[in-house]
Amino acid sequence: MKEIAIRVGGQAGDGIASIGESIARCYSRMGLHTFGFNAYQSVIRGGHVWFQARASDGRPYSQGDSADVLYALDRASVEIHAPSLRRGGVVIHDPEKFPLATTDLPTGVRALAVPTLQIARKYTSQSILQNAGGIGAAAFVAGIPLDLLHQVLTDSFGRKKGEIVDWNLGASADGYRFAETNASVSEHALRPQGPPKLLMTGNQAIALGAAAAGCKFLAQYPMTPASSIMHWMAAHSQALGIVVKQAEDELAAIHMAIGASFAGVRSMTATSGGGFSLMVEALGMAGMTETPVVVVESQRSGPSTGLPTKTEQGDLNLMLGAGQGEFPRAILAPSHPKDAFASTVRAFQLAEEWQTPILVASDLHLSENFATVDRDEVPLDVEIPSLYAVESNGHEYRRYQYTENGVSPRAIPGQPGLQFIAGSDEHDEKGHLISDVKSGLPVWVAERQRMMEKRMRKLSGLVTAAPPPVVEGPADAPLSFVAWGSTIGAIRDARAELDAQGRATNLITFPTVYPLDPDRVRSVFATARRTLLVEGNYSGQLGRLLRAETGVELSEKLLKYDGEPFFPHEIVARAVEVMSHGGQ
Amino acid sequence: MGTPLPVVGKSTVRPTWCPGCGDFGVVAGIEAALKRLGIPSHNVVLVSGIGCSSNLPHFLSAYGFHGIHGRSLPVAEGIRWANHGLTVIGTGGDGDGFGIGVGHFVHSMRRNVDLTYVTMDNEIYGLTTGQASPTSTMGHRTKSTPTGVIENPIDPIALALASGATYVARGFSGDVKQLTDLVAGGIQHKGFAFVDVLSPCVTYNKINTFDFFRQRVYKLESAGHDPSNLVKAWERSLEWGDRIPIGLFYRTERPTYEELEEVLSAGPLAQQPAGLAGKVSLLDEFV
Repeated sequence: MKEIAIRVGGQAGDGIASIGESIARCYSRMGLHTFGFNAYQSVIRGGHVWFQARASDGRPYSQGDSADVLYALDRASVEIHAPSLRRGGVVIHDPEKFPLATTDLPTGVRALAVPTLQIARKYTSQSILQNAGGIGAAAFVAGIPLDLLHQVLTDSFGRKKGEIVDWNLGASADGYRFAETNASVSEHALRPQGPPKLLMTGNQAIALGAAAAGCKFLAQYPMTPASSIMHWMAAHSQALGIVVKQAEDELAAIHMAIGASFAGVRSMTATSGGGFSLMVEALGMAGMTETPVVVVESQRSGPSTGLPTKTEQGDLNLMLGAGQGEFPRAILAPSHPKDAFASTVRAFQLAEEWQTPILVASDLHLSENFATVDRDEVPLDVEIPSLYAVESNGHEYRRYQYTENGVSPRAIPGQPGLQFIAGSDEHDEKGHLISDVKSGLPVWVAERQRMMEKRMRKLSGLVTAAPPPVVEGPADAPLSFVAWGSTIGAIRDARAELDAQGRATNLITFPTVYPLDPDRVRSVFATARRTLLVEGNYSGQLGRLLRAETGVELSEKLLKYDGEPFFPHEIVARAVEVMSHGGQ
Repeated sequence: MGTPLPVVGKSTVRPTWCPGCGDFGVVAGIEAALKRLGIPSHNVVLVSGIGCSSNLPHFLSAYGFHGIHGRSLPVAEGIRWANHGLTVIGTGGDGDGFGIGVGHFVHSMRRNVDLTYVTMDNEIYGLTTGQASPTSTMGHRTKSTPTGVIENPIDPIALALASGATYVARGFSGDVKQLTDLVAGGIQHKGFAFVDVLSPCVTYNKINTFDFFRQRVYKLESAGHDPSNLVKAWERSLEWGDRIPIGLFYRTERPTYEELEEVLSAGPLAQQPAGLAGKVSLLDEFV
């Protein structure tokens, strides 16, 4: 696999993300699979932010470790990122902002001084235009044709027309030509291959998947890193006929979604761990009233406010245990935008089929970073069966009728003759409370037990519906990685590196992280030799879940809780250590 | 023409309230209002939270959602937005609506969601056996305030006026006839209709009793109050003492949330097409 990576660094407010996204988009239009990594802080101006666009002739699943081009808008960016440059790498900088000599850089890396501010002044006094000269120079070294860069820049301005667009095209052409004269194209540059790919974030894929699955109502409260689900939905609300409600808090958001679902539309809410903590009581209410709802939990570093712009996989325990008492749920854990689309579609289908809350576990790394998908990986033609499970037959309707699989016939308000009360108190088959004057009486004690068992039978159904763990790589490999969620991406890239070193490994992942079928999980692990759990949290929450649910003990761990996603080299290093020395 | 579909009546479930509870008057008023308006029972949804009064949906023959404490209004809003052809009535108590749920109370009023919210305000927590509520008066001795409440009570009427409710009324469960008028008016009103009902707790509130209110209430319509006048409504909302006004404080017209939400102009959401079949061009934005 050949790859090239372009990194841009500067301060918040410098426009780093838009430069990086434009470069990533150039590559995706060249038909190359691309990963776009946006590292930022919880400030609007200042601080250090960077973006890495990594493209390959195979498929990059993470931000990777190294870069070939660094466009540094400040000196700090050089200090932080120059060590990551591969031999032959280039640092683009403006000498008017800070001087930089090739001797200041690692061996084999050279400085390319581009007069970006001088170029910008040809067009305007607005210094932000310096970015255009910089991106032009970077594009040349990165092997991106100028006309492609111009198309991408023009499209990024959308309906904006006139001199701003012209200035950007002019300045980027100037930067491009300057680099053409003073530098050469990176030896890692890639040729276009095939039709353009789709470049999307995990959150965009989740929103798209929800819309495709028939979601008609989204209620959400702003919280990083879930907010961009609401942004995409709001931007498409009118065209797609989806009501998007920014609620007063997460309590309201999930209750609105449950109310809308009760009244007959597929509904979703999305949040991060803090907001999800507020939704916990309502999650149980959806379980108790048997109202379908999809909840996206995009994790960030906790506890409490934590690191709002940094990633983590620390909320698995929370998602497993959210809510007093016991009720059926499933937790789907996509690792890549293509899975995020499919998992969200699946979440709606499961919620509807089993009339219970279904969680989609994302995290900042998946939600906010970009990756390419092919069109056939996001099939919009999703079959959407009718919600109405029952029609009045003149007999008394039992909304919570005891059934073999625990799923009872569902009616929707507005249907004549099927009136019922959805109760958050324990209730009988008709929905009548058994929590007050009846509770404790022998016949109703038995009724409570039956109703509890009816609901929990749906969990057995969800177990059967859950896909088994997925194994990538040779079953008899000496080392099995074990992971869930976005961490899988860096492991895939690490496995490619290990393969290149002649070290065979495989990877066991859990598209449905809960519920698990113990037999199927155990049979997957039966052939695993040595296992290495890779998780973005302190305590190894998936490891604990596997042990509790299946008795499978994992031998080694690589845990990370510094706010950063896994980088492939960290996984490679640990794997080599385990394979060479038997771990610790 | 088939037989007309039945309107809301009593359900097969008998109320579990204490004998003499004010809430009997409220359920009677809601039932009478719905009967008067002739709305078929399958098009009515009663939504409540938790508390004695929140059991109300069980006692009528409509659809109901008996949710968790303090959250009736966001559930009710979700129902309205999913199907604005339904008549949605929120019911609950003062603890539910003005304590744990007060944030939703304020926001649903500023949105002018077209629903009716009927609170059974007994100035006490009944189901948890007698603690102070957000509307308990200063000095009220309860299990949680043995030396008397030391917080100023919430004034639900003033709060509703300040929050932008477009129909603000106070009823008294000792006057079911007037209460029926107020609830019926609220259901017919286009926008958020709030009816706070003085609904005595005969077990745990020995201060705000039926007698207490009978001696103090007077009817706004008899006092020549003009419900279109917001300033006068404010003045009346501040009266609480020897004389307590009941009736319609304020009514105005403002576009509802459902009218302003463009997506709903195509009809009830639940009846609109769903999914993205055939919308492949949507993917072009990701190129």
